[in-house]
Amino acid sequence: MLSIKNLHASIDDKEILRGIDLEVKAGEVHAIMGPNGSGKSTLASVLAGREDYEVTQGSIDFLGNDLLDLGAEERAREGLFLAFQYPVEIPGVSSTNFLKTAVNQIREHRGQEPLDAVSFLTLIKEKMKLVEMDQSLLSRSLNEGFSGGEKKRNEIFQMAVLEPKLAILDETDSGLDIDALRIVANGVNQLKNSDNATVVVTHYQRLLDYIVPDFVHVLFNGRIVKSGTKELALELEEKGYDWIKEEVNEATA
Amino acid sequence: MSKDTQILEEFTSSEYKYGFESNIEADSAPKGLNEDIVRFISHKKEEPEWMLEWRLKAYRHWLTLEEPKWPNVTYPEINYQDIIYYSAPKQKVAPKSLDEVDPELRATFEKLGISLQEQKRLTGVAVDAVLDSVSVATTFKDKLAELGIIFCSFSEAVKEHPELVKKYIGSVVPVNDNYFSALNSAVFSDGSFCYIPKGVRCPMELSTYFRINAANTGQFERTLIIADEGSYVSYLEGCTAPMRDENQLHAAVVEIYAAKDAEVKYSTVQNWYPGDKDGKGGIYNFVTKRGICAGDHSKISWTQVETGSAITWKYPSCILKGDHSVGEFYSVAVTNNMQQADTGTKMVHIGKNTKSRIVSKGVSAGKSQNSYRGLVKVFKRAENARNHSQCDSLLMGDRCGAHTFPYIESENSTAQIEHEATTSKIGEDQIFYCTQRGIDEESAVALIVNGYCKEVLNQLPMEFAVEAQKLLALTLEGSVG
Repeated sequence: MLSIKNLHASIDDKEILRGIDLEVKAGEVHAIMGPNGSGKSTLASVLAGREDYEVTQGSIDFLGNDLLDLGAEERAREGLFLAFQYPVEIPGVSSTNFLKTAVNQIREHRGQEPLDAVSFLTLIKEKMKLVEMDQSLLSRSLNEGFSGGEKKRNEIFQMAVLEPKLAILDETDSGLDIDALRIVANGVNQLKNSDNATVVVTHYQRLLDYIVPDFVHVLFNGRIVKSGTKELALELEEKGYDWIKEEVNEATA
Repeated sequence: MSKDTQILEEFTSSEYKYGFESNIEADSAPKGLNEDIVRFISHKKEEPEWMLEWRLKAYRHWLTLEEPKWPNVTYPEINYQDIIYYSAPKQKVAPKSLDEVDPELRATFEKLGISLQEQKRLTGVAVDAVLDSVSVATTFKDKLAELGIIFCSFSEAVKEHPELVKKYIGSVVPVNDNYFSALNSAVFSDGSFCYIPKGVRCPMELSTYFRINAANTGQFERTLIIADEGSYVSYLEGCTAPMRDENQLHAAVVEIYAAKDAEVKYSTVQNWYPGDKDGKGGIYNFVTKRGICAGDHSKISWTQVETGSAITWKYPSCILKGDHSVGEFYSVAVTNNMQQADTGTKMVHIGKNTKSRIVSKGVSAGKSQNSYRGLVKVFKRAENARNHSQCDSLLMGDRCGAHTFPYIESENSTAQIEHEATTSKIGEDQIFYCTQRGIDEESAVALIVNGYCKEVLNQLPMEFAVEAQKLLALTLEGSVG
């Protein structure tokens, strides 16, 4: 589904990603871990198509498309979803209106008729249950005045409505209390099937107790320096990142 | 960023959709302005002597005035002798019913989406359409007359209801008020007139559509709305013009009189031709709009969505004379390319316990300049006057400007005046958030801008609100900053 080869990316001429290789297949859950500043969020942003970053080398194939050729909205329409670490507020735009615009533009892209108001409402009501979201949030301005937990839940709710092929969760666990974490993780797990894939970007192992990864990758200094199974995450939890840093430093010394 | 620049470029190429010209024969005055032209207009309109005298007085006063230079706009000097002050669509006989209106003329209004057909009843909007200088058709007159509501062209009102016109014309915007209102008073050719009798709630929206068609013509229409005690009316105004290379002058006057317990809601969607992306052509929109809350507990509410015109100079104002009277001003002003807008309001608190509210949303894009200018004045006897002003500016790109000039003058220590202002750039983060969900950039901008303007758009009557939203999207097509 997603094939990243030797990806280099920089911002303001500063290289952040220095050769990433990653294969994600349908049905898989990958966790990307790593210390602060290792490039985790940059990787998520580059995949989603944020324009601040410049890809200097490498290639990304997504479902047979050259991802780097596509604009952010085209990537989304092809089925790539990013759950933001910091979802922005858009004053005056209701969540309903926002999502309806998104759903119908994606449908148009796929050659489908736009959803009428009733079918759309039925759809979102059903999806709201998934993340135990309060209906009142729908008519409020998008993310405006939402608590940290509500914002993250809203991200997963949008993911549920848009049904992406590949979901990238960028630090979705940050700022969540344990109950909210469980709700968010439940939502993600229920959306999982053999046709889609999830990439979880996280700093802590905590989230991985709930969303169990098939693979864990450690990102450090813009490279994936170690890959393993979920046991690697537990090891990191126990020992921290220093031993990995040391390993890397020894190898490059 | 280069992408921004590129998108901004695309944006600046968005086209004006109402730029067609209708081939309607016109009956025009020669170019230029002097007393004879004023007499010519008055004669053409078959006006009574007092009306002519009133015009001449205005003209003579205008000669003593100088064009105001204080607005934050620049334009080449206007040659007032190079303008045609009267142009009427030629019709051999005055039409008795809509069927007799020139088909070409009707086609023009159809193109604008204004059906003059009586079927319009279904939408509950009565329309007075003003083409160039003359009101061409008013719908639903009879139905409104049953309630005692007078809704007709200004010239008709001068003939049919001289006592009302005589009493109220110039009572809110005096002849000597300012340069452009004096000019309008001298040469106004038509407009709309509306009277709502005591205790009557007008059952439908009243609407005027203004259209400048003939070349080199100025449009000087005049609207007078009188809401008698305890009455209510909601009034809509829309305007468009053909695309022309030369600038055209539009200097209108709107006067509103609200008696005790009366309420008037006046909504404008202004979409005059803004000129091309290099600033060639476009309408100079120099308009004086003012309402007086003459009676206690009366209310006047202005809502405007300004997207057109090369230059806008306009301050719909409220004089809060009656005790407990309320004035409101809700404005969205969007400027793009080389457009310049200097717009705002004046809230003059005279009566006790008067309240006013100002919500101004400016959106600047391209190389445009957008200024809010507002005055809140509290007179000595205006005990417990309250004002709340909120002025927000949204910038798109880095070549436009947003300015705020709030003036506050209070002579009463019990007054409470609050002013809030914000300036923001449309966030790249917001746009990226939208595009990441599959929404294209133009729709994202439209969504964000409409959200930003929501508070004002919510004030518009339903039908108008939809139109205004589309217009905002159209005006800002391709614009991402």
